[in-house]
Amino acid sequence: MPNLGIEVLFKGSNMARLLGGLWVSLRISLIAVGFSIGLGIPLGIVMTSKSPVIKVITRLYLEVVRIMPQMVLLFLVFFGTTRAFGWNLNAEVASVIVFSFWGCAEMADLVRGAFISIPKHQYESAKALGMNSFLVFSVIILPQTLRRLLPLSINLVTRMIKTTSLVMMIGVVEVLKVGQQIIEANRTSSPNAAFGVYGTVLLLYFIGCWPISMLSKYLEKKWNKS
Amino acid sequence: MSVNKKEEIIRVDHITKRYDENSVLEDFSLSVYEGEVVVIVGPSGCGKSTILRIMNGLEPIQKGEVTYRGEKVDGKLGSITRIREKVGMVFQSYELFPHKTILQNVMLSPVLVQKRDRKEVREEALQLLARVGLLEKKDNYPRQLSGGQKQRVAIVRALAMHPEVLLFDEVTAALDPEMVREVLDVLLSLAKEGKTMVIVTHEMSFAKAIADRVIFLDGGHLEEEGTATEFFEHPKTERAKQFLNTFTYAKVEREE
Repeated sequence: MPNLGIEVLFKGSNMARLLGGLWVSLRISLIAVGFSIGLGIPLGIVMTSKSPVIKVITRLYLEVVRIMPQMVLLFLVFFGTTRAFGWNLNAEVASVIVFSFWGCAEMADLVRGAFISIPKHQYESAKALGMNSFLVFSVIILPQTLRRLLPLSINLVTRMIKTTSLVMMIGVVEVLKVGQQIIEANRTSSPNAAFGVYGTVLLLYFIGCWPISMLSKYLEKKWNKS
Repeated sequence: MSVNKKEEIIRVDHITKRYDENSVLEDFSLSVYEGEVVVIVGPSGCGKSTILRIMNGLEPIQKGEVTYRGEKVDGKLGSITRIREKVGMVFQSYELFPHKTILQNVMLSPVLVQKRDRKEVREEALQLLARVGLLEKKDNYPRQLSGGQKQRVAIVRALAMHPEVLLFDEVTAALDPEMVREVLDVLLSLAKEGKTMVIVTHEMSFAKAIADRVIFLDGGHLEEEGTATEFFEHPKTERAKQFLNTFTYAKVEREE
């Protein structure tokens, strides 16, 4: 049996350090997800507007976010602003900014899509029953929109968690960086540590994302009965 | 006509409706009196559904005025929700709320809009569902029902609001032929009760059976108006004769 370098994980506090790193990854992504949902839903509602000005601006924002690689965005916010504006951003704060900027755009587009997918007749039959705009929106349209939104937004959340592995490039010590440090530190005593450590990192990402996927599956199933 | 002595409920007064440049209705007028069943017929695209939508304030109009018991019907006014409580509408595509059960669909507006007692509304909703033979479906969701069943629920949902007038917009057009009957039977029983109704339909034999008054519309104009017998047995205008002819077929004579 080849040496997979698993034993490194049990040396010292290595496992605890990896879990600490996972927490950094999850913290960054969950704060960013919070911002993305909080800002993305109202923005998505704004995006359903028929005003051409609003359409162009929001479209532009979305395209910029989509076209630009997240890593470039990270470098721009972390290194770029330091030189250009003299801001001394903490790397974690910079990461949250970039991930929120990205997540908010994607979330808004999902919200917009979910809203316009509700047939016009749903509005009309609700109105014909004497409901005012507030009731039509809150009782009829919004609940249906949220149901359509759920699987799509869960997909976005797991994508955001996975993409946080990029933040090590600006010096945030998250799970992947901790893994690298452990491998480096044990280079002579356990030269095969890479497989065991990276394999564990993979598993940790899975543990982080899987419950979210399961929750979404559960809710979908529950709502699908209706 | 004797019905004219009754109280006028809805008045459509010289209205003109245009989509962009196309005129859909041109200087059209119609009054609906208490207890009468008005059936609007005409070729596709003649503007019949648009009339119902305008009566419910769902379409803006360019000229003229629609009133319900003297009050202006306008989708932009705050009073519209109060009017819509009294003017029920049932659509071709049923449009039940997919995230609510059948019973919830029926109870929603009486409870939320009219703020009636939940228990009393539930009692009535169950009675109405029983009446259309759908009591056992009360806890199902709309997608578990057939088209005809959904449409009967949509009618019950409108009835639960205690409307004074009911507008039916081609309620059987999306249904399979064998389901048309079950829905039209509900309408016939409502007519027997003396409900005021305005019905847009393509079912001519049904129109003949239920109508007190038939309105024949063509190209956004009122072409002919009369009692069901007058219109179907002795149409006056050429256009109406032509239209009614499209529903009859001559026997094919095979060449020997």
